[in-house]
Amino acid sequence: MQANLRVSRYDPEAPEPSARMQDYQIEVPEHFTVLDALIQVREEEDPSLAMRCSCRASICGSCAMRVNGQARLACKTRLSAVAAEGEPVTIEPMGNQRVVKDLVVDLGLFWNKIRAVEPYLQPAGDEPEEEYIASDESMQNLITPMGCIMCGACVSDCTALEVDENFLGPAALAKAYRFVADPRDGASHERLQTLNEYGGVWDCTRCYMCVEVCPVGVAPMDRIMELRDSVMNEVGVTTPGARHVESFARSVARSGWLDETMLAVDSWGRFNIPKLLSQAPLGLRVLVRGKLPLPWPFHHKRAGAEFVGRIFKRWESRKQ
Amino acid sequence: MADHDVLVVGAGLAGMRAAIAAHRAGANVAMMSKVHPVRSHSNAAQGGINAAMRGAEDSVDSHVYDTVKGSDYLGDQDAIEFMCAEAPQEIINLEHMGVIFNRDEEGRLGTRAFGGASYARTFFVADITGQAILHVMYEQILKAGVRSYEEWFVTDLIVEDGECRGVVAIEMLTGKLHQVTAKAVVLASGGVGRAFEPSTNALICTGDGIALAYRAGATLLDMEMVQYHPTTLAGNGILLSEAARGEGAYLLNSKGERFMDGYAPNMRELASRDVVSRAEATEIEEGRGVDGCVFLDVRHLGAEAIRTKLKYIYEAALDYAGIDMITEPVPIRPGQHYIMGGVKTDPQTRTWDPDGAWSGPRGLFAAGEVACVSVHGGNRLGANSLLETVVFGKVAGEMATAHAKEQPDTPVSGAHLADAEARIKALFGRPDNGERTAKLRLDMGNAMNEHLAVFRDEDGMQSALGTVHGLQERYTELPVVHKGGVYNTDLIFHLELGYMLDCAETICEGGLLRKESRGAHYRRDMTERDDTAWLKHTMANVGEDGRPVMGSLPVTVTKWEPQKRVY
Ligand SMILES: Cc1cc2nc3c(=O)[nH]c(=O)nc-3n(C[C@H](O)[C@H](O)[C@H](O)COP(=O)(O)OP(=O)(O)OC[C@H]3O[C@@H](n4cnc5c(N)ncnc54)[C@H](O)[C@@H]3O)c2cc1C
Ligand code: SF4
Ligand code: SF4
Ligand code: FES
Repeated sequence: MQANLRVSRYDPEAPEPSARMQDYQIEVPEHFTVLDALIQVREEEDPSLAMRCSCRASICGSCAMRVNGQARLACKTRLSAVAAEGEPVTIEPMGNQRVVKDLVVDLGLFWNKIRAVEPYLQPAGDEPEEEYIASDESMQNLITPMGCIMCGACVSDCTALEVDENFLGPAALAKAYRFVADPRDGASHERLQTLNEYGGVWDCTRCYMCVEVCPVGVAPMDRIMELRDSVMNEVGVTTPGARHVESFARSVARSGWLDETMLAVDSWGRFNIPKLLSQAPLGLRVLVRGKLPLPWPFHHKRAGAEFVGRIFKRWESRKQ
Repeated sequence: MADHDVLVVGAGLAGMRAAIAAHRAGANVAMMSKVHPVRSHSNAAQGGINAAMRGAEDSVDSHVYDTVKGSDYLGDQDAIEFMCAEAPQEIINLEHMGVIFNRDEEGRLGTRAFGGASYARTFFVADITGQAILHVMYEQILKAGVRSYEEWFVTDLIVEDGECRGVVAIEMLTGKLHQVTAKAVVLASGGVGRAFEPSTNALICTGDGIALAYRAGATLLDMEMVQYHPTTLAGNGILLSEAARGEGAYLLNSKGERFMDGYAPNMRELASRDVVSRAEATEIEEGRGVDGCVFLDVRHLGAEAIRTKLKYIYEAALDYAGIDMITEPVPIRPGQHYIMGGVKTDPQTRTWDPDGAWSGPRGLFAAGEVACVSVHGGNRLGANSLLETVVFGKVAGEMATAHAKEQPDTPVSGAHLADAEARIKALFGRPDNGERTAKLRLDMGNAMNEHLAVFRDEDGMQSALGTVHGLQERYTELPVVHKGGVYNTDLIFHLELGYMLDCAETICEGGLLRKESRGAHYRRDMTERDDTAWLKHTMANVGEDGRPVMGSLPVTVTKWEPQKRVY
């Protein structure tokens, strides 16, 4: 088949470095992956093309890049699956990270975040003579986060990181989960305290991008949600994020729908006047457009609210 | 003053295990790797790691025996005994570091069956064992705060007065050359699969360390012993792990017969790899294959087991061959996988011999696939390689630390750096004669795969050697087309090709020298094993003219006398 590739090029050593797109048209076999095609370009057309790749088998995590705007492993992406009739396949470096050359990005930020979660087992007490006894179930549960190949795709496309570099981000939080959920780790409580802080589990916007782009099914957002549960159970409801969750649930359980004004008040705190005032103009605009329900005490129950309440009760009793 | 007591070249399992051991022994240790440590090829190991520590019947002796037999009696038995005896403790060490090994009902470490083994003694993490260990090892490196030179490509070993005192390396993100000095150097730079096309190996497995050591005067051993894995995908050579057969997969020919019945009636699919690969090649040659392949069938294991225990394999077949293993058998064939030979070391991982039977610079240690200590002899058993990396990686870290502590601080000349800079400048200066690195590599890979695969003979190996010599000629004028400094892979691939050609040459020479069939080295023109003349290692040292000077070394036999090998 004919492959039309539109590849982002950036040469930091050019007199005036700037990114540009370059088109390549090559003949390739039907079964080729995006990586196979790029390697062919590098070997036959342009040896200056810089990218990382090694295993060709989606295990080393080297070849994450944006294909048609979404982060993917080039070696796990069949060209035929992303090529649309008459359109070139665009290939760009990952997002949220500094480009070094062409498709190579600086992963310093990525690794700093991994380092920040103290990514090593911190056992409680002395090591046993033999192995730690742990259920197979508890170990199987860790295979998913341990499957992370540190490719950076999730960090590339994370919407929260895009606006705040201080967010630990999906990969590091999935890594943190791996230790919190490891029965052999003795530092879970301290870890959860740290994750409860600014930049931690509450900064995720639940946009789902990381789940969508992760090539090996780590589903970082799901791990983050599990961490949120652990934080609320073990550290308590101490942050706006945690209070947000509680208030949300309380409102829906009571009235069958969301009281967004109370949500803000509960999340930020009743006496956090400056923060609440800063939210007021937004609230008013939303209210004027009819997109905000009347706040408490005018917040009426929806029809069927009792049903919803019963679901919550049932869930609570299950949890116990 | 030397930059480090110990410098480890390579950050796969052997390298990181060495660095951790050296750190724990109190050395100022650093690691250097041409890719980020977690991208090292060790992550590709799917199946597991062996140790005899479960079940009333299994024993270290049985593990040793299986390994010796698997090696076709070419392994050095003192090294094998040491490795197998250390194995249980090393598995525990890995578990303590944080590896999430699969468990049994009591919550203790569980095992699976693997090829060539009398008992189920393979410990594993689903089918991501290598990755699961490699990433945990890196966690420990972060914890210890070991200095790690990441994406630094070693171009030279510094040898002065017969002592290895560091390396010259390219910092790939800038293109700058640096000299990094150390009182001891551990080579842990992996194998040379890419000298063959296709190969299960990653693109970075280019034998750099083997060639660097060889050029620095070290001895290479048994280079002809190249393993072909029985189950690789037809298109790009990607591996489907032995774990599939460990879990009970069948091998079928075009008539749907389990043909291993005819070759290894007891162990069948789980006979050792050389035996299974030859059986497949025979079936294919005799017309019972389809498009040069036979089939791997797991359908009878059930969808659940396939999706959980063989998750990666299942996805790889789907991604790279478009085949759903739950409903269809996958076409597979033998493919280049592993090199048993490498830099000769003693069981203490030293590359030099105080008694002078073989040579190497003092202060240079080697462990992992780059080395030949020799625990695999003529054929490596599945899941013994990861074991080798951690057992001998640890020894190398400790021995290098001890060695470094005895060394005075000798200043190192800056000439090595200047030499390397001049050499690379000259490469950039070569006129573009139209030759391309990728093309030369492909020619080499094809020749090696044609003549040094499962079946070999004199004419074929001579022809491959001729091709390699021709390519070495052309290599002296091969240009580097891209002249940039930042992340210049055109330059890196050029240097790697030089390393691979050295390795390919010694592989051919070793094969021509060994006038018998043993393990992976099966000659059609000499089909029998000859213990009288050839129960010994082939040896290669670089000669004055740059060509290998061949020789041999005796095999160490402790208590297992050679017997006929039946599976
Ligand atoms: C697909 C596959 C599956 C396998 N499955 C198993 C299994 O189930 N069980 C088993 O026991 N074995 C298995 N093996 C074999 C085993 O994985 C390898 O033999 C082993 O991991 C090699 O480890 P190593 O540490 O020696 O080298 P590697 O992990 O290859 O590491 C080499 C290191 O050296 C560095 N390096 C190389 N050259 C340079 C240079 N010039 N400058 C700087 N750094 C350099 C690299 O960057 C890398 O960090 C498998 C192999 C393959 C290919
Ligand atoms: S779900 Fe959360 S962590 Fe994942 S990409 Fe979105 S904001 Fe980032
Ligand atoms: S979580 Fe997934 S996408 Fe993110 S780094 Fe790990 S493997 Fe890549
Ligand atoms: S090349 Fe290794 S993940 Fe793509």
